[in-house]
Amino acid sequence: MGRYIVRRLLSMLLVLWVIATVTFVLMNLVPGGPFASEKPLPEAIKRNIEARYRLNDPFWKRYIDYMGNILRWDLGPSFKYEGRTVNDIINSGFPVSAVLGVTSVALALLLGIPAGILAALKQNKWPDTLAMLAATIGVSVPSFIMATFLMYIFAYKLRWLPAALWGRPSQVILPALALAGFPAAFFARLTRASMLEVLGEDFIRTAYAKGLSTPAVIARHALKCALIPVFSYLGPLLAQIMTGSFVIEKIFAIPGLGQHYVTSIYNRDYTVILGVTVFYSILLVTLNFLVDLGYVLLDPRIKLAEPSS
Amino acid sequence: MQEELFLPLPKEDAPERMVRPSTTYWQDAWRRLRENRGATVGLVVIALICLFAIVGPYFSPYSYSDQSLIRANRPPSKANWLGTDNLGRDIATRLMYGARISLAIGVFASLINLTIGVVYGGIAGFFGGQVDNVMMRVVDILYGIPSLLYIILLMVVLGPGFGNILIAIGLTEWLSMARIVRGQILAMRGQDFALAARCLGASRWRILFRHLIPNSVGPIIVTATLTIPQAIFLEAFLSFIGLGVSAPMASWGVLASDGLAGIRSYPWQLLAPAFAISITMLAFNFLGDGLRDALDPRLRS
Repeated sequence: MGRYIVRRLLSMLLVLWVIATVTFVLMNLVPGGPFASEKPLPEAIKRNIEARYRLNDPFWKRYIDYMGNILRWDLGPSFKYEGRTVNDIINSGFPVSAVLGVTSVALALLLGIPAGILAALKQNKWPDTLAMLAATIGVSVPSFIMATFLMYIFAYKLRWLPAALWGRPSQVILPALALAGFPAAFFARLTRASMLEVLGEDFIRTAYAKGLSTPAVIARHALKCALIPVFSYLGPLLAQIMTGSFVIEKIFAIPGLGQHYVTSIYNRDYTVILGVTVFYSILLVTLNFLVDLGYVLLDPRIKLAEPSS
Repeated sequence: MQEELFLPLPKEDAPERMVRPSTTYWQDAWRRLRENRGATVGLVVIALICLFAIVGPYFSPYSYSDQSLIRANRPPSKANWLGTDNLGRDIATRLMYGARISLAIGVFASLINLTIGVVYGGIAGFFGGQVDNVMMRVVDILYGIPSLLYIILLMVVLGPGFGNILIAIGLTEWLSMARIVRGQILAMRGQDFALAARCLGASRWRILFRHLIPNSVGPIIVTATLTIPQAIFLEAFLSFIGLGVSAPMASWGVLASDGLAGIRSYPWQLLAPAFAISITMLAFNFLGDGLRDALDPRLRS
């Protein structure tokens, strides 16, 4: 176990280093630079700006500075908003995005897993067909399209829920639902497949044979095994939810990190794009690592020698 | 030695004639695909969308960039059967041109992924050993990188545009194809037909490209089909955040993004492209799932 964790940790650090380097190189390939505008700046101002942002240092020196700054978690100032650092933007935006993300994951689990169980228990009957049709639609419709449908129906036609902004609990529902659509559908499919497999096992027959009711068999025996593969997909789905939240936050005017990110793309605010990309990457890679670790702890059948063949 | 020993035997009527012609792999797959209702519907819908995209514009009295402020924001009517947008452009026509862009991006991006993934995975699986080890480590590391973030970064660097979207998607989405092909090749390279080809003196590249890769074409087609909706989604997503194709060209993502601004008063501007994206993705996913069942009977549950 210890060796596995160390190995995964090392490969995670390697991935993070690649991410930071690729990001840096890409951002240095941008033609023109952030201060190139139609109106040429006076020479003195240009020199000052270049000194301020160290644009004239050689490539390798900027790379080392940049890596050092990332290690100290100092992502530098925003190019567009004077006086705001990238750290400020992350600190103000991320908690909002985190609330939205956690709500979506919870919704996805609450909707997807029961739907999957129901479909497996009623295999090839109408609840199964219905649930799997809904799941295929959920997997196919992108979250930002789902968001526009939800907004149109529930906010403008029925007027049940607010269309946008952030702060009241009722304003969380629509964006969280839009984000939860894909993962819920995915969970439903996975749960169904894995439940069907488990329900055919001998120990389930034994449980029925000793007189347990269906709910007891499901809750006490089947679910424990069936949910393990479901949880292994939590990592990739977190990535899906996070990237989905860029657009969802923009659509619903939620002041989260995703919206800042998209705004910084519109503004070509390079330090913010760079910093937030690195932040998101670190977050995702770390969460993936934790999910994998939890997965190994959950499932005693997994051998720890080689993670992939 | 008598000469007649070397004469061929007289031809008899084959005693065990086959009653029916044997079904090939493809005929079998086609039959299974047609039996799958979802896949058939998906295929028909995709054909209709292609028709809509290719010949539709010729029947439309408008062009995608015809502006007329008098006709701005009209609801669906006989003249503009999906309404007009805020510049008076006909939405149905723009949707047709958008379909061209979205479908082209889906198909070309999928082809780029297919090429890179098949060559990369094929080489890794065929040569095995250290080569495989190093190549797959690289894939593992790239897999750890959240690809959408890097597509966004690439688009920021390259700038918006049709070709750049293809480059960005092509460079980042080939990993699963490489993994699948590598697994297939690895499983097949030890089989007898590969050995037979080697005995006959075929070179290694010939074995790889003429024998092993054609034999894994089933999973390759399935993966490529499922990449198309992924690419269409990515294009719509990028257009939605302002990194897609440039105006006055309009992909479905651009149309949806434009339509969102008027959702309260002119919902048809949003609903038309939103439905178009959803239905296309749904059709491709149904077709991909059906193809998976049809081309790889082992995977059927």
